[in-house]
Amino acid sequence: MKNYEMVVGLEVHAELNTATKIYCSCKNSFGSAVNSNCCPVCTGMPGTLPTLNEKVVEYAVKMGHALNCEINPVCKQDRKNYFYPDLPKAYQISQFDIPLCGNGYLDVILDDEGTTKRIGVTRIHIEEDAGKLIHDDSFAGSLVDFNRCGVPLIEIVSEPDMRSSAEAKAYLETIKSILQYIDISDCKMQEGSIRCDINVSVHKPGEPFGTRCEMKNVNSFSGAVRAIEYEAARQIEVLENGGVIHQETRRWDDPAGKSVLLRSKEDAQDYRYFPEPDLLTIVVPEQKVKDLRDTLPELPQHKTLRFMKELGLPRFDAGLLVDSMEKGAFFDACVALGSCKPKNIANWLLGDVSRLCNEKNLALADTELTPEKLCGMIAMIEKGEISGSAGKTVVEEIMFSGKNAAQVVKEKGLAQISDAGALEEIVKAVLAANEKSVADYKNGKTNAIGFLVGQCMRQSRGQGNPALIKELLLRHLG
Amino acid sequence: MELYEMTAAELSRMMQAGKCSAEEAARSVLGRIDQVEDKVGAYVTVTGETALEKAREVDGKRAKGEKLSPLAGVPIAVKDNICTRNVLTTCSSKMLYNFVPPYNATVMDKLSDLVVVGKANMDEFAMGSSCETSYFHKTANPHGLDYVPGGSSGGSAAAVAAGEAPLALGSDTGGSIRLPASFCGVVGLKPTYGSVSRYGLVAFASSLDQIGPFGRSVEDVAMLYSAICGKDPMDATSADRAYPDFAAALCGDVQGLRIGLPREYFGKGVEEETRRAVMDAVKVLEKKGACVKEISLPSTDYALSAYYMISSAEASSNLARFDGVKYGFRAEGCEGLTELYERTRSEGFGDEVKRRIMLGTFVLSSGFYDAYYKRGKQLQQQIAAEFSAAFEGCDVIATPTSPTTAFRMGENLGDPLKMYAADICTVTVNIAGLPGLSIPCGTGANGLPLGLQLIGPKFAEQTLLNTARAYEIETGGFRAIPEIH
Repeated sequence: MKNYEMVVGLEVHAELNTATKIYCSCKNSFGSAVNSNCCPVCTGMPGTLPTLNEKVVEYAVKMGHALNCEINPVCKQDRKNYFYPDLPKAYQISQFDIPLCGNGYLDVILDDEGTTKRIGVTRIHIEEDAGKLIHDDSFAGSLVDFNRCGVPLIEIVSEPDMRSSAEAKAYLETIKSILQYIDISDCKMQEGSIRCDINVSVHKPGEPFGTRCEMKNVNSFSGAVRAIEYEAARQIEVLENGGVIHQETRRWDDPAGKSVLLRSKEDAQDYRYFPEPDLLTIVVPEQKVKDLRDTLPELPQHKTLRFMKELGLPRFDAGLLVDSMEKGAFFDACVALGSCKPKNIANWLLGDVSRLCNEKNLALADTELTPEKLCGMIAMIEKGEISGSAGKTVVEEIMFSGKNAAQVVKEKGLAQISDAGALEEIVKAVLAANEKSVADYKNGKTNAIGFLVGQCMRQSRGQGNPALIKELLLRHLG
Repeated sequence: MELYEMTAAELSRMMQAGKCSAEEAARSVLGRIDQVEDKVGAYVTVTGETALEKAREVDGKRAKGEKLSPLAGVPIAVKDNICTRNVLTTCSSKMLYNFVPPYNATVMDKLSDLVVVGKANMDEFAMGSSCETSYFHKTANPHGLDYVPGGSSGGSAAAVAAGEAPLALGSDTGGSIRLPASFCGVVGLKPTYGSVSRYGLVAFASSLDQIGPFGRSVEDVAMLYSAICGKDPMDATSADRAYPDFAAALCGDVQGLRIGLPREYFGKGVEEETRRAVMDAVKVLEKKGACVKEISLPSTDYALSAYYMISSAEASSNLARFDGVKYGFRAEGCEGLTELYERTRSEGFGDEVKRRIMLGTFVLSSGFYDAYYKRGKQLQQQIAAEFSAAFEGCDVIATPTSPTTAFRMGENLGDPLKMYAADICTVTVNIAGLPGLSIPCGTGANGLPLGLQLIGPKFAEQTLLNTARAYEIETGGFRAIPEIH
């Protein structure tokens, strides 16, 4: 990248998780038997007509709000004409010159300090997905599965505002997170529910943008990073060798790690867009636009920044808590109780609580844990009433037994001994039994103290207050 | 008088009175088909067996006192671009020579207790004005077998005129019901866009297509229209409104009716005998209390151009799905996808269809869209606005349906522009989304029928039907079924 700057723009296609398809009443679900979720309408049989699923418009408007777009209260649908066997009408119903949402932006977090960058969102429009071709060595030719025909999609088009593959990745991850937060897409990458096309160009700093090339068929975010890096490097090499970049469409082959020419600008298809005469103008009443805005939750990028800047969490912890809407909300509820430190809450939630949930394959809601119980336990640790290691036992009990921390501590005798008199005997006994360690310590091996604290904790069956033990040991050794 | 000569209303009344059965009516009509079909060629498919089954089913229900529709048991012909479940639906094209839809058009569900006697021939994919572009065979005009029946719903009109069905369904995109109604001397209604569901009508031009009824009397057309109109959740463009019972409300009163005569429809190209026949018909209405005034619709001259741009553009997209992949004709022995597409479409479509697909593809192409398609849509608005303004000063507009009587078979086949000119009086109605009714109004020098077209504001079908009914009463009804030798 020496002496060059790259410019990246993205077109993200996300399948919406409405119950039914966009223009018929077929089920919208992945993984059904081949050609079982289709009907005369979505397979484009002669004489059939589309009727718009209003939910699709609602979902797209929600995304428009989430990306700070202007909502076009009156818009239309258009036909995009091209021949392909997975497109049984030979046109895709999409939106051409008047998209449902336009002129928005997304602030993405770029680093651990919470620095953000604003990426422009040109437009969001609704359209239908095509079917799938099946190629298999067991038969000659290709077969078509029409289940995906008519699955609703939104296409989110960004401005060419990204300057690195890392920025592009941050943008994609934020988009995915938002889709999940507002619950309009399942975001299952392996099922192809998010796909993207990538535009890349390179230029020397201070010079105008270079000619862009578009890469299609990118199905993962890591693939997007590889595709961007590859394409920028390819273009730089062409330029460095005195060549010229031609506008073209390329296909990204992720396993091979390279892109290949699909078609040049001269061969670009003329889709002959025109307004879809079978459907009415889409009209979204002003009140509905407002109501849909009010349904939005706090968006993930805002939540991450709040956790970082207001609650002092590291970006990594904030990110993990935000990734799971359930954990994020649980965390917020704990913080709201005000009884313990946010960082300690995050540690417990992301540590033992998550581990125990994962082991038993449970969601937080499937356990007995409440913010009050968790904070009750953490507060006991913070006050020195139980040790951190006792906490590990307590948390498992309060998650699955329904008891609160104080009950568990009492029943199991886990209260921490913070009485210097009671610990004094143990300390003396341990020092007497470990002369070698005492000698080591006195000879400058200060880490021997850790071993001695451990011995004392063992003697106290884990109930001794380790800070107090250490203090007593040091006093004796001093 | 044979049952096949009866109107649908007469048959309906007889069946309800127990004076004849649906099976007897069906047998009479099927007998007439046997007698004349080899000369008329109105049908692509005659569904004799299923017709008799349905007739017996209706008779059985009637015997048990089950609720039936007013037209239950009446035989009907259905244009072959309207999907009929489990019955061949070809659009008179090689492309769909074997296509049997597993679903019904909404209108077929609405007419479920009528007796479908066959699927009527048409111009291929409804593109034509003569019924000569059918892949299967040409249809003759029952009033003169050397003449065309008009198109594209020529089979439907000919079947009704020849007594091969008392009723028929057609479709009208630029005059495809009214022109053949005029040429064959029957009544044909192109309803207001949005009043009849298009679901299951194989699309030609989605924004202009409309299914409509044919009959030998105004009452029959009113009854059939009442049976098929209404909002359909499967058709987003169908209008959500309440419709009256058009037949029950039918009356011949035109007292005070204001009839507009647009001078542009009586000018160049309109035969003198046509002009005179239409003016005579208007005088009949005037005598019954209507008042007549001349009006002007100056954009009429651009209507044909706008029509061919809009309809061909939509057709080029609507017909793209016929690619040999999933159903219908597929060229044999193709190597690869491109060849499959090219040869299937080259071999499966006829010349007229290919001409329109090419025209439509051109007007939608990048760089030409604004000059052609967009301009066509602007003209459409202009034409619609002129009609709206005209209807402030009149209730009905009267014009010839066609400038001439039917032309001879083959006469215009090699000259597309001359063929397109037959639609000059009818296309504006589709462009403006209005209702248009054609009724017989006399005979040309060659003995063939002439047609009067009545145009109304949107959803004014009742006014058109009442006006037509007034003329029908005053003239003693329309011509009888001809003898066919």
